Amino acid sequence: MTTIQASRSADTAPRPTGTPVPPAGPTWRQRLSQWDFRWSPYLYVLPFFLLFAAVGLYPMVYSGYLSFFSWPRYGVTHGEGVGFANYAHVLTDPVFHKAFWNTVGIFLLSSVPQVVIATVIAAMLDTPLRGRTWWRMSVLLPFVVAPAATALIFGSIFADRTGLANELLRAVGLSGIEWHSDRFASWTAIATMVNYRWTGYNTLIILAALQAIPRQLYEAAAMDGASRVEQFFHVTLPSIRPTMLFVIITATIGGMQIFTEPRLFDTNLQFQGGADYQYLTLTMYVFNTSNSGTDPYPRAAAATWIIVLIIVAIALVNYLVTRQVQRRSER
Amino acid sequence: MRQFTTRRGVTVGAALALVTGLTAACGGGSEAAQTPLGQDDVLTITTFSDFGYDQLIEQWNADPERPFTVEMTKIADWDPWKQALTQKLQAGSGLTDIVAVEGDAMPQFLSEGASDQFVDLADPSVEDRWVEYAYQNGQTADGKQVGYPTDAGPEAFCYRADLFEEAGLPSDREEVEAIFETWDSYFAAGEELTAALPGTKWYDSSGSIAQAMLNQAEFPFQTEDGTVDVENPELELVWDTVTSYSSTLSPRVVQWKEDWTANFTNDGFATMPCPGWMFSNIKSNAPEVEGWDIVNAFPGGGGNWGGSYLAVPATSQHQEEAKQFADWLTDAEQQLAAFEAAGNYPANVEAQQSLAEAGATDPYFNDAPTAVILADRAAAVEPGRPYKGDKYSDILGLFQTAIQRVDEGAAPDESWETFTQAVESLS
Repeated sequence: MTTIQASRSADTAPRPTGTPVPPAGPTWRQRLSQWDFRWSPYLYVLPFFLLFAAVGLYPMVYSGYLSFFSWPRYGVTHGEGVGFANYAHVLTDPVFHKAFWNTVGIFLLSSVPQVVIATVIAAMLDTPLRGRTWWRMSVLLPFVVAPAATALIFGSIFADRTGLANELLRAVGLSGIEWHSDRFASWTAIATMVNYRWTGYNTLIILAALQAIPRQLYEAAAMDGASRVEQFFHVTLPSIRPTMLFVIITATIGGMQIFTEPRLFDTNLQFQGGADYQYLTLTMYVFNTSNSGTDPYPRAAAATWIIVLIIVAIALVNYLVTRQVQRRSER
Repeated sequence: MRQFTTRRGVTVGAALALVTGLTAACGGGSEAAQTPLGQDDVLTITTFSDFGYDQLIEQWNADPERPFTVEMTKIADWDPWKQALTQKLQAGSGLTDIVAVEGDAMPQFLSEGASDQFVDLADPSVEDRWVEYAYQNGQTADGKQVGYPTDAGPEAFCYRADLFEEAGLPSDREEVEAIFETWDSYFAAGEELTAALPGTKWYDSSGSIAQAMLNQAEFPFQTEDGTVDVENPELELVWDTVTSYSSTLSPRVVQWKEDWTANFTNDGFATMPCPGWMFSNIKSNAPEVEGWDIVNAFPGGGGNWGGSYLAVPATSQHQEEAKQFADWLTDAEQQLAAFEAAGNYPANVEAQQSLAEAGATDPYFNDAPTAVILADRAAAVEPGRPYKGDKYSDILGLFQTAIQRVDEGAAPDESWETFTQAVESLS
């Protein structure tokens, strides 16, 4: 079996012209190096796929399977199949609806300013500053701070009665804001934490793209009399479109998965995202459902799959919109 | 092309084989294999808040004669630990050899299915160690002992004598007893104090007063046969009282959170229900404040808030040693040490007696005779009140959340509506 295969592959393998045909089959050494050439790349990428299968694919498939069963609290195994009942429960749950809009709201309040500010900062860092590396490294500093630490710091800044934010507001004669009970205020507070953490990260990615833009474009634009601002809108932005796409898509995925910030911001002892679910996000919903009294795991699994479908739908819209934009700019 | 397809077939096959292999590896193995511990092996325990065990464990580990060493994980608050504990129980892995369980949540872990996940700790040699109701609350209906009681939570009231004086109220420990006689006299004095001191509220949070009143109710959430019934006059009285005073007497903050902690040092409130385990919280939140005192009275008689248990999960691989250590921790001598360290009033009968005899006082609380006060408060508790069904802890959480909504400005009727809906979806 092996010999047949080996000789066939030896026959079919392209041979550089001019080399003399070896009298017998390939030597052991040659065969080894052929195998090496053919299979090694797969071995190199294999660890990722093994890891993905174990911690990514398997839980996904299993939770999909689980979402069609009942599972008594503290039960050791799942119970009877219940069809789509778990999906129906989640989709008709008013708390889930609230979690959905909370997530969308927090996502918009964080991603939009984040990408805009990151682009502006990146454009400023792209100019010949003194101590450039120092400035560039410092924008990444908030990203290095552990999210839990960030959330604790901002938690005390946005405390309703004694927080720094409200102290400042009162100092200038305004009334304090109920950061935890007002829905929009709570979204803003959480979005601030997200922006604090991720703006610098996105800035560096955009900066890398900016530096790849040929300088002649700017020179030509300058000669045509374009101001710095005009250059930014007509040279810079069109040139970094693919990078912007990457930033926007990763921000979307991150935004739909937001968990740590609202969870640590929570003053509710049940961690239900505020006493009235003001800032319960989708992932918090999944987490809390997996802890509830009835069918905890299957309902959480169903909610997870609904979120997957939501993310896919958003990604699809993203894709269609950007393709449209790309086409228009090519025309 | 054909070559490519065959190769892909092989790869997919290999991946599938791998996934099924992993699936098989994850399942199975419900009975934990027991392994004995040597002198340097580690037994693990998780507690929350402050059980007063730090020095005890240090002392145990320093002893050259100890059979094994112990490592304790301390979680700051009960609520996150409750979630972690519940999830790890369901997952069937990831728990330490001993876990601490808060008393209100104990019934939930005694229910069918849940109690199977714990080791039976019943042992004739320790049966009479604890006050009876505490011991029985750690027991399933068919007599399996899931938890050893650690502390009990008889409540007194802690108050700021300095603020009382400023507001023109009596401030002496015996004189203020009249204020804490009934709930009516308590709230009336509160209105007097808040009128005199506009920057100060009467109690620490609506939640703690609700908890205190609930602990005097007979069947707040579930009837004796386990039926959920939240629309009963007892619970409605608690709800109406607490929500009606929300805007006048309550600082409208959530217990254990930033704003609550801050109020300890900025004269934010003047009184709070005070089970023994609350002492260490007050001391750590207000180390510099002078004027704290404890009154030997509680509105409407008595009340028991909390009290915890030590349990051994069935997943533990060292169940014998875990039981041995839980036994040691709940013995009189160790319980006395825990009282000294954290104020946790022991459920251990012998420890209670020697505390009463020694008559310990606490300099932080103006030399109040804490041991005597807590003993008197324990005697005032009506055993079996409130009745705690399997959903007690879950509904209690929803009830506290409903009160939080009113504190945050929601209309009481709407918040009550949301509460009853949430209770319905529990089943």
